[in-house]
Amino acid sequence: MKRLEPVIFETSVPGRTGYSLPALDVPHVPAESLLPKEMLRKTAASLPEASEVDVVRHFTRLSQLNFALDEGFYPLGSCTMKYNPKMNEDAARFPGFAQAHPLQGEEVSQGALQLMYELAEMLAEITGMAGVSLQPAAGAHGELAGIMIIRAYHHSRGDSKRTKMLVPDTAHGTNPASSALAGYQVVEVKSDARGNVDLEALKEAMTDEVAGIMLTNPNTLGLFEENIAEMAEIVHSRGGLLYYDGANFNAILGKVRPGDMGFDVIHLNLHKSFSTPHGGGGPGSGPVGVAKDLLPFLPVPVISKRNDRYVFDCDRPLSIGKIRSFYGNFAVLVRAYAYILSMGADGLREAAHNAVLNANYLASRLKGSFLLPYDRTCKHEFVLSGKKQHDEKGVSTLDMAKALMDHGFHPPTIYFPLVVEEAMMIEPTETEGKETLDAFAEAMLAIAKEAEENPDSVKTAPHSTIVARLDETAAARKPVLRWRPAE
Amino acid sequence: MANVLEGLLYTETHEWVKLEGSKARVGVTDFAQHAMGDVVYVELPEVGKKVSKGDDLCVVESVKGANEVYAPLSGEVAEVNSALEDSPELVNSDAYGSWLVVLEISDPSEANQLMGWEAYKKFLAETEKKEG
Repeated sequence: MKRLEPVIFETSVPGRTGYSLPALDVPHVPAESLLPKEMLRKTAASLPEASEVDVVRHFTRLSQLNFALDEGFYPLGSCTMKYNPKMNEDAARFPGFAQAHPLQGEEVSQGALQLMYELAEMLAEITGMAGVSLQPAAGAHGELAGIMIIRAYHHSRGDSKRTKMLVPDTAHGTNPASSALAGYQVVEVKSDARGNVDLEALKEAMTDEVAGIMLTNPNTLGLFEENIAEMAEIVHSRGGLLYYDGANFNAILGKVRPGDMGFDVIHLNLHKSFSTPHGGGGPGSGPVGVAKDLLPFLPVPVISKRNDRYVFDCDRPLSIGKIRSFYGNFAVLVRAYAYILSMGADGLREAAHNAVLNANYLASRLKGSFLLPYDRTCKHEFVLSGKKQHDEKGVSTLDMAKALMDHGFHPPTIYFPLVVEEAMMIEPTETEGKETLDAFAEAMLAIAKEAEENPDSVKTAPHSTIVARLDETAAARKPVLRWRPAE
Repeated sequence: MANVLEGLLYTETHEWVKLEGSKARVGVTDFAQHAMGDVVYVELPEVGKKVSKGDDLCVVESVKGANEVYAPLSGEVAEVNSALEDSPELVNSDAYGSWLVVLEISDPSEANQLMGWEAYKKFLAETEKKEG
């Protein structure tokens, strides 16, 4: 039975320990004689006292309160919560990788360097870019590196007039944030009725003060930007560059390459498209790739091959510099490498096929009961609207998302993208079989029916979880950030 | 339908404006607060910040997400309503009483481009119709 787990401090018993140390066989030296007074604690740290088995059970129970991909369907749109094959974990635990130290030197790291070199080559081939750096530690970090590369490129040509970055209204929230962090003023570009970037709006916004445009393709509505060739032409003809946010790359793996679409800089999310662990803080990995003209600006070090040896190349005067300690999240790179080799080119393409097929199957099963504002063939995800239930019965998308938990599913992404009211953004991913998709569709249809017949039951969901509906407003307005002992 | 107050000026992005001589008091409309849901944080700009009409003025964060508030007029931020820092819920309970900033406006003629209350009411009705 799952139950609420107390904070470990609450179960502490004075004097209980999980270890036993041998008697001290050196003279005791008091801390006061070694450390300056201002560095000594005034009161002892009140650490919990527990036995080993108590600690193990505490954390095991906590882990059981979590929802994980290994436990159930997790259709969190835009996040690509695809299953993480266990073979990746085997590879990451090979002692040569797991016990490597980042300071051990090139000579004794040839295997690790070869893996990074080859992974960068594979990612360059898959995306159609000339070169890739594996350093960025997450997607948004990759975006920042990419935008810094764009800025370095313009500045290297003596063009410092470009102070703006275009971002469509269907973009990921990180895009405007990354642009702003890199010093650009963000200009939003509207989308049209089909969910594509509005070409007229783009033409109007694309002045000689614009450094480039950040695009996700397929976009956040799960729709392919049908006019990407024209968009690239508009942006390039006015001296701007195109940035590809790889968040939705899963939909087009092996089908079409950002490099061929005209993108100059890209990032990938290995923790999305390449099956490395995701969520709960990662660690993620956001490699950044560039077209030929931008190679000199990649972060250092670049891993190069010289006479069959792999070396760190830091002699790159135009580089944006180092953006991450050491060489990125190496163990994540090992997992992505294992995934690509085990899938092969055909396997990756098939993953994209199934991701798209699964999304379209679910969309077609659900669009009779929920609004589907952009009703066209989608890619790997689609966005429903709960507006009908909201307006007719007062049942919001949040209520329905909570009700899904009673059916044993992780809720989809909600209230995003902002261009759809009461949005529900559903991304099933390729690894789910028809039975799982059907079970999820049945749950959604049951919730739609419940909203119709017994709205109050949906409004008060979830009913079967270990805690009932949490007060998200109070949690945000008056957060309690640490546990304190009862007075 | 959302409450619209007589005597104020409005934008298509749901800010309200109250002209006070060379100054303009700015907030978000009842429609906006309803659409955003429970407001949990208001990120106010620095006094002295210069904005052009349509620029990002400040951010109102709700349980659903972060929402940009756009400058309805060009000018300089003269005052901010710091009461909202501790009580963001006022935006929900009293959208027209809870002003966000006072702008010292630089181009009074821009006010002609804003909607009057009747025009805004019509605009809301059309928005409803289009999306419903």
